[in-house]
Amino acid sequence: MGVGKSLIRVDAREKASGTAKYVADLEPENALIAKVVRSTIANGIVKSFDIKEALAVPGVIKIVTCFDVPENKFPTPGHPWSTDTSHQDIADRNLLTKRVRIYGDDIAAVIAENEVAAQRAVRLIRVEYEEFTPMLSVEESLAEHASILHDDYPENILGHSSFHLGDVSYAEAVKEEGLVQIERVYETQAVQHCHLEVPHSFAYMEKGRVVVVSSTQIPHIVRRVIGQALSIPWGKVRVIKPYIGGGFGNKQEVLYEPLNAYLCTLVGGRCVKLELTREETMACTRTRHAIKYHLAAAVRKDGTLVGRTFRAYSNQGGYASHGHGIVANGANMFKQLYRDEKVLESESFTVYTNRSTAGAMRAYGIPQGAFATECLIEDLAHAIGMDPIEFRLKNCMKEGYVDPHNGITYYGGDALQECIAKGKEFIQWDAKRAEYRNQTGPVRRGVGMALFCYKTGVYPISLETAACRMILNQDGSMQLQMGAAEIGQGSDTVFTQMAAETTGISEDRIHIISEQDTDITPFDTGAYASRQSYVSGAAVKQTGELLKNKILNYAEFMLKRSAEEMDVRDNQIIDKATKAPLLAMEDLAVEAFYSLERSQHITAESTYQCKDNTFSTGAGFVEIEVDLPLGKIKILKIVNVHDSGRLLNPKLAEAQVHGGMSMGLGYALGEELLYDEKGRPQNDNLLDYKLPTAMDTPPLNVIFVERQDPTGPYGNKSLGEPPAIPQAPAIRNALLHATGLAFDSIPLGPEKLVKRFREEGLI
Amino acid sequence: MYDIGSIYLASDIQDAVAALNNNPVAEIISGGTDVLIKVRAGKQAGTELVSIAGIQALKGIERDGAGTIVIKPGTVFSHIVDNEIIRAYLPYLAEACDQVGGPQIRNMGTIGGNICNGVTSADSASVLYTLNAEMELTGAEGVRYVRMADWYQGPGRTVRKRNEVLTAIRIFQSEYEGFYGHYMKYGKRNAMEIAVLCCAALVKLSQDKTKVEELRMGYGVAGPNPLRCHKTEALAAGRVLNQELLDLVRKSVLDEVNPRSSFRASKEFRLQLIEELAERTLREAIGQAGGCHKCLKL
Repeated sequence: MGVGKSLIRVDAREKASGTAKYVADLEPENALIAKVVRSTIANGIVKSFDIKEALAVPGVIKIVTCFDVPENKFPTPGHPWSTDTSHQDIADRNLLTKRVRIYGDDIAAVIAENEVAAQRAVRLIRVEYEEFTPMLSVEESLAEHASILHDDYPENILGHSSFHLGDVSYAEAVKEEGLVQIERVYETQAVQHCHLEVPHSFAYMEKGRVVVVSSTQIPHIVRRVIGQALSIPWGKVRVIKPYIGGGFGNKQEVLYEPLNAYLCTLVGGRCVKLELTREETMACTRTRHAIKYHLAAAVRKDGTLVGRTFRAYSNQGGYASHGHGIVANGANMFKQLYRDEKVLESESFTVYTNRSTAGAMRAYGIPQGAFATECLIEDLAHAIGMDPIEFRLKNCMKEGYVDPHNGITYYGGDALQECIAKGKEFIQWDAKRAEYRNQTGPVRRGVGMALFCYKTGVYPISLETAACRMILNQDGSMQLQMGAAEIGQGSDTVFTQMAAETTGISEDRIHIISEQDTDITPFDTGAYASRQSYVSGAAVKQTGELLKNKILNYAEFMLKRSAEEMDVRDNQIIDKATKAPLLAMEDLAVEAFYSLERSQHITAESTYQCKDNTFSTGAGFVEIEVDLPLGKIKILKIVNVHDSGRLLNPKLAEAQVHGGMSMGLGYALGEELLYDEKGRPQNDNLLDYKLPTAMDTPPLNVIFVERQDPTGPYGNKSLGEPPAIPQAPAIRNALLHATGLAFDSIPLGPEKLVKRFREEGLI
Repeated sequence: MYDIGSIYLASDIQDAVAALNNNPVAEIISGGTDVLIKVRAGKQAGTELVSIAGIQALKGIERDGAGTIVIKPGTVFSHIVDNEIIRAYLPYLAEACDQVGGPQIRNMGTIGGNICNGVTSADSASVLYTLNAEMELTGAEGVRYVRMADWYQGPGRTVRKRNEVLTAIRIFQSEYEGFYGHYMKYGKRNAMEIAVLCCAALVKLSQDKTKVEELRMGYGVAGPNPLRCHKTEALAAGRVLNQELLDLVRKSVLDEVNPRSSFRASKEFRLQLIEELAERTLREAIGQAGGCHKCLKL
C-alpha cells in the first residue's frame, strides 16, 4: 500500500475494455455540427464572403463570419491567470479573424444539422482576400518592409529577453591566450504533438449558463478563457473534462472551446459539436517552436568552459500562445546545465511569422534548448580532443547548484554523475568509443550521449496552486477528488497511492473521480510542466493529513483514547506504539454517519500553494548504425537514465519514459512540419508526417537513479516531460562519432544525410 | 461522415458493368482505401459509386493446368501475402503486398485497386510489371487483355475505361518459371509508408549459376508511372555474376528513369536510391536464385 509500488492503473480496466468515457462517448446524438471555415492564404485580410450558395445547402443552420463576431481579444495559453496586468498572457486572438495570419486561419464557421451539410457549405463559401507575401521565417518577419501581423507588435517581435552572468564581457574573456573558440548555428524544426484524440468539444446551454465538454488538460483555465472570450462572468461557464486521449501540451491551450461555446449561444443553446480533423489539428492548433540558435563558446585545452554566448530566434507562428516563455525556458536550461568560469551572455527573441502557431509541447522549449546545448558541448569536446563525457563531468551541474535568477536549487547530490556513470556502463562507452574510431565503408557505427535538467512546475515564474477533496463514505472507503487532470500519464493512479500512503485507507477503497467538472471539482491549473505529482501531490498529502486527523479525532471520541496515540494503517485505527488494531475504519465510518450522539460527515479539502521547485536531471545514451548510401540511422541500443527523485509507481514511471523516448526518436529522426512557399501545410497528415511506428522503435531501456527529493511531497520530482529531451542531441552526437560529421539541425532524415555524405565524399 | 451521393452494390461482374453504363458519372469502389480518402478530402465529394466489393468472382487466386497464375483483382493484400500459390511461385509479390500501408489497409485494400489507381508508388505494380502480368478488362463490349507494358498512360491514369471492370490479373508460367526475385521499398519509416522509391528485380541464372540468363528490373516512383529498365536488362543478359555486373546495372538504370522532386523527396535523392537499390535488390535476387557465392561476395 502507498507510493513506491507498481499499482495497476486505476483506469486500466475501463480503458482496455472501452468503457472509459471520452468526449465522443458523451456527445448527444442530435448535436449540431460546427465546422471552421479556413483561410486559403497565410497572410492578408478578408475583404468579403459570398455565402449565398452555402446557406442554400439543406441542413445548414447558420453561417457566422469574422464580420459578425464581437471584437474581443483573449489569451489562449494554459497558464494561471495573473492578477498583475503586466504579467498577463497576451490576448491577440478573436473568436474569428479578419486579419489572416496563418494558412487555415479561422475566418468563419458553419453550423449544420449534419457533417456532410457542414462540409458542403464550407466548400461553397467564396472568400475575397487582400493578400500579402507570406513570411514563413523569422528573417522574413524581421525584414525591413515586412507586413505587421499584430498592431501591438509593429516589429513582429513578440518577446525579447537577455541576461549576463559574470563580471566581464564575452569579448573580453576570450582575449585570454590559448583558448579554443567555436561558433555554431543550431536549428530545430516545428513538430506536432500527434495525440491520438483530436481536439473535440461540445457545448450547450443550461439555466442561462454555457456548458462545454472538452478534451483538455486545463479545465479550470478553459472556464476562465471562455468567460473572457465571450465577455460573460466566469461562473456562467461550466467545463467538463472526461477521459482524454493525450495532450502533450497542445491541450494545455484553449483551442476551440470559446468558439464552440459562442456558436451554441447563437442557436438558442442547442448542443453544438466541434471536432477537428487530423489535418486541422496538425496545421491549425499548436506546434513545437522551431528555434535557431547562434552560439559561441570558449574553452581551455584542459576542458574548462570559460564562457558562452547564446542568441536564439524562436518562430512563433501567427499567434502568441505560450509565446516567449518557450525560448526563454531553453535559455535558462542552457545556463543551468553547465558552469561558465567567466561569462555567459544570453539573448532571446520570439518572432511572429505566418507559420502554424507554436505553443506548449512536452518539455516546453527544452528539447530545442538541449539540442543546441548538447551539440555545442559535444563540439567543444571534439575541438579540444577530450572525451565528451569527461568534458561534461568537468563542467556540468553539481550538487547544490542554485539558479542565480530564480533560486531553483539542485538537491540531487551526485545523482547526475551517477546517471552518467550508469549510462556509460550500459552502452559500454569506452569500448565502443575506441572500437568505432576511424571507420570506413558504407555502414558505420557510433555512440553518443546528452544530458538534461528540468524543473518541476512553474514556480517562481508563475503561481503554483492545487486543491484536493476527500470524502469518507459510510463503509470506510473514500472519494478522492482532484482538480488535477488525468491525461494518460497516470496521475489518478499515483494520487490514489499518495492518498493511501497518507490516510492509511487502502487503494482499493479509494475511489478517485477522474472527471473534472468546474462546477464541482476543486481548483487546479491542470496537467502541464510535470507539476501534478509535485504540486497537486502536495495537496493530496496536506488534505490526507487533515482527513486522517479528523478520523483520529472521531476515534478519540469513540475509543476514549488520545488521538495522538493512534494512527491509521490498512483501514484500521491502530495503537501508534504497539501497532495493535483498535477499530476498523468501516465501523468508525458508520458510527460517524449515524451516531445519535455525534453525527459527523468526515471530509477534508484544502488548497496547497507550492512555493518551491526542484531540478530533475539525467542522461540519454545511444548506439547507432548509419547506412550511408541510404541515409538511414538505425538505433542499435538506447537508454534513458533518470534522476527523478523517489518513484511513485515504478512501472508507470518506466512507461512514461518509454513514451518520451519514442517522442524524442521521432523528433530526432523524422518528424517535421513542412510548408510550401505560400505557407500551406504539406504534410498535415499521419502518412506524410513521419511519426515513428512500432516497427521503427527499438527496445527502450530505462534506468533510474532513485534519490529522495527533499522538497517533493513524497520525495518525488518531475518525470512527465524530461524523458523526451536527450534523444535528438544524443543521436546527433553518435552520428558525429560514426561519421566525423557534425550535423547542426534536426530532424536527421535520410535526404539531409545523403546530401551531406555526398558533399563530404563519404558516398 | 463521408459525403457519398449514391452507392450501388453490384451482385456480379455483369451487374457492375451494367451499373457503370447506366450511370455515366459512377466510379468503382472496391476496398475503398483510395476512394474514401478522396471523398473525405472533398475531392470526390458527392460521388456516385458502384461497389464491386461483394462480387465473389473477383476474389481468390488460382493456378491453372498451364501454370498460369490468376489473381482476382478483388483479393485483398493480406490474402495475397498468405496465399500458398503466391508464396510458392511468386514470393517477391508477397513481399511487395506485405509492405502496403499498415495491417488495416492490407485487410481492406485490393491488388486490383492498387493497379487501377494508376499511381507510380503502388507496391504491387513494379513486381507485376517485371512479371509482364496481363490485365483482363470486362466492359459492355466484352473482354479485352492488356499487358502491364501498355497499361499506364501518365500519372494516375491507365487504359481502363470508367465503365470497365478489371476482372483478372494473369501471370503466365513462362514469365515466372526459373525466375527469382526481390522487392525493396524505400520509405522513411519501416511501416505505414508510401514508397519514396521501390525496386523489383527478377533474375534467371544460367544452369551453373555463374551468369545472368535474363534480368528484369522494375521501379516505382522513378517516373510518372511504374517502369521497366529494358536497356539495362538487355545489357545484363549473359553477363558473369560479379561486382562489375552490379556496377553496370547501378549506372545503367540511371539512364532509364525520370524521377521528380516533391516535398516527399528530391529528384537527386531518388536518383541516389535508384542506383543504390538497383544493387541491393539485384544482389538479393541473385542470392535467392542461388547465384555463385564466390563470384559475388554474397
